[in-house]
Amino acid sequence: MFSLVAFIPRAVQQSVPLLLGSTGETITEKSGNLNLGIPGVMYVGAISGVIGSFFYEQSVAGGELNGFLAVFIPLVCSLIGSLLMGLLYCFLTVTLRANQNVTGLAMTTFGIGFGNFFGGSLIKLAGADVPSISLSATSAYFSKTLPFANSTGWIGKLLFSYGFLAYVAIIIALIAAFILKKTRIGLQLRAVGEDPATADAAGIDVTKYKYVSTCLGCMIAGLGGLYYVMDYACGVWSNDAFGDRGWLAIALVIFTIWKPDIGIFSSILFGGLYILYLYLPSGTHTEYKELYKMIPYIVTLVVLVITSMRNQRENQPPKSLGTNYFREER
Amino acid sequence: MAKNKIKEPRYHIVKRTEISASKAWIIRAAALLSALVVCGIVTMVCTGDNPISIFATIFKGAFGTQRKTWITFQYVAILLIISLALTPAFKMQFWNVGGEGQVLMGGLAAAACMITLDGKLPNAVVIILMILTSILAGAVWGVIPALFKAKWNTNETLSTLMMNYIATQLVAYFTIVWEVPKGSGKIGIINQNSNIGWLPNIGNKYLLSILVAVLVTVSMYIYLKYTKHGYEIAVVGESQNTARYVGISVEKVIIRTMLLSGAICGLAGLLLVGGINHTITTTISDGQGFTGVMVSWLAKFNPIGMIFTSLLIIFMDRGASEISTAFELNQSFADILTGIILFFIIGCEFFIRYQINVKKDSGKENA
Repeated sequence: MFSLVAFIPRAVQQSVPLLLGSTGETITEKSGNLNLGIPGVMYVGAISGVIGSFFYEQSVAGGELNGFLAVFIPLVCSLIGSLLMGLLYCFLTVTLRANQNVTGLAMTTFGIGFGNFFGGSLIKLAGADVPSISLSATSAYFSKTLPFANSTGWIGKLLFSYGFLAYVAIIIALIAAFILKKTRIGLQLRAVGEDPATADAAGIDVTKYKYVSTCLGCMIAGLGGLYYVMDYACGVWSNDAFGDRGWLAIALVIFTIWKPDIGIFSSILFGGLYILYLYLPSGTHTEYKELYKMIPYIVTLVVLVITSMRNQRENQPPKSLGTNYFREER
Repeated sequence: MAKNKIKEPRYHIVKRTEISASKAWIIRAAALLSALVVCGIVTMVCTGDNPISIFATIFKGAFGTQRKTWITFQYVAILLIISLALTPAFKMQFWNVGGEGQVLMGGLAAAACMITLDGKLPNAVVIILMILTSILAGAVWGVIPALFKAKWNTNETLSTLMMNYIATQLVAYFTIVWEVPKGSGKIGIINQNSNIGWLPNIGNKYLLSILVAVLVTVSMYIYLKYTKHGYEIAVVGESQNTARYVGISVEKVIIRTMLLSGAICGLAGLLLVGGINHTITTTISDGQGFTGVMVSWLAKFNPIGMIFTSLLIIFMDRGASEISTAFELNQSFADILTGIILFFIIGCEFFIRYQINVKKDSGKENA
């Protein structure tokens, strides 16, 4: 039986990592950096949080967790992990002017390897005496819903039944949209992404804008990884479980035509498409489910082609996207 | 750099006009050496072993026995073919990150021939059909994003990426359709008894891929360096406007080059399915479509250089997996080491392209 009240919350839960990833990537791309390392950054954000909370849970060992620390430690670890990835990307592409595509792909290789390696070997490296990484105590704090979620019927189920990071994701997207559209900082950031030479001539510190926006973008995207493992996956790390969500987040940036506020709804749409195969009828033919799983990618491809066909000026990527700026090279 | 108004910057970065090849190689070798040192330190921290035995283990993993050496060269051959396939596209600034999907489609076509034609046609005909269909399937998968790019300037990085996932799901679909036994979710070795569609062994079972790789390397070198097509690719890569001005049809070059790029990826898929694994899974190309991007770029798109860069990547990969087996660590350890090496080599290009002049006290002319 298909029930919208059951379907939408699941779609929203799927959408949160995508939303955080695409908001982060949008901010990054607005500065002219095409960061293809986002999938890797999200893995690093997730595993850093897991490492932090793993050691905290180990140090408490069976005792009661402090609610504040149980959320604070993974959060800070995750932010630091993804910040370091962001700094690495900026150092290579902005300071050393390396090719952005290659740097991004190398970061994805490294980040996914980093996540899977520590996810698979953390227990052995730490010499801990547990069979698998299962941070259910920490996860309980992350996925705590608002108190009136269960008492308000279907409205509560649709609106209030998510962990706090889901609301953080929406707030970040709204703030990002506001800053990009309405503030001076946003205007200058867009100028850097459109034409860094002109921005530089106008006295804007191009290097600083690129560094700050890319690092912030990575930190936001890293939170997406943290949400996935702590809330969605109930604190259980399994290798490669995060899958291709990082790439979908990058595709979502185009789908939302570089507008984080549109991202809120389109990420929920994508989240729905991502799990749609569970609801479509396939009878005894389980193989059809594999075909249904194609839907989000086909939709992305179609949107990509349509936006390029319509070729409207306001829907185009930042003009200098993917190129590095060197003042003396005109 | 620093605050220009208050004090002049202490250093000044200028683009090098030219750099001798030997100096460039010294910089690259220094970067590689520092990367290996960092890899050694990371491994030491994770395993507690001493650096000399770590590198001995890495070497043993890649070249320890005759069989391991052959397998290493076979892996190099496949990665090299995929990297070479991507190269002409990169040379015209078309970021084909869809190698993964193109390889999968090639492999799927080969597997389809092996499964459906088993017992209906003689082996030689099946093999010829496999070669044709897998090359065609790869080419089709490569040319679809190229058509979008040529017609509407659709971003090729993202469209090729999406094509990867569509290909993965297609393979997943056929895996279930053809699964043996039913419900296992795997195809298993195809035609284990009849060996229909198994590519012939030359000498031993590893040599065929290596010979194909040599052939593709030499042809690609000649194609890019000495033919009109290769020259047109280079012009389009430098500047599409220049290309249009001299009368090159940019659209035609993009479509033609991606047909070629996809076709060679399809060939790699054929070798993986028909020559090496004799089965197909969704992970058969194992991320090499992405690794190939880096192999190709690291070698500055030079086919001969790619022999060394792909050897380096595979060597570290096999070595690191030997370490992870020896110390019961996760196999992804290889990705971390590969990542570290890539970061150093990517970073060192800066010192080849630019020169840092430290400013002396007296005023040199300094913009």
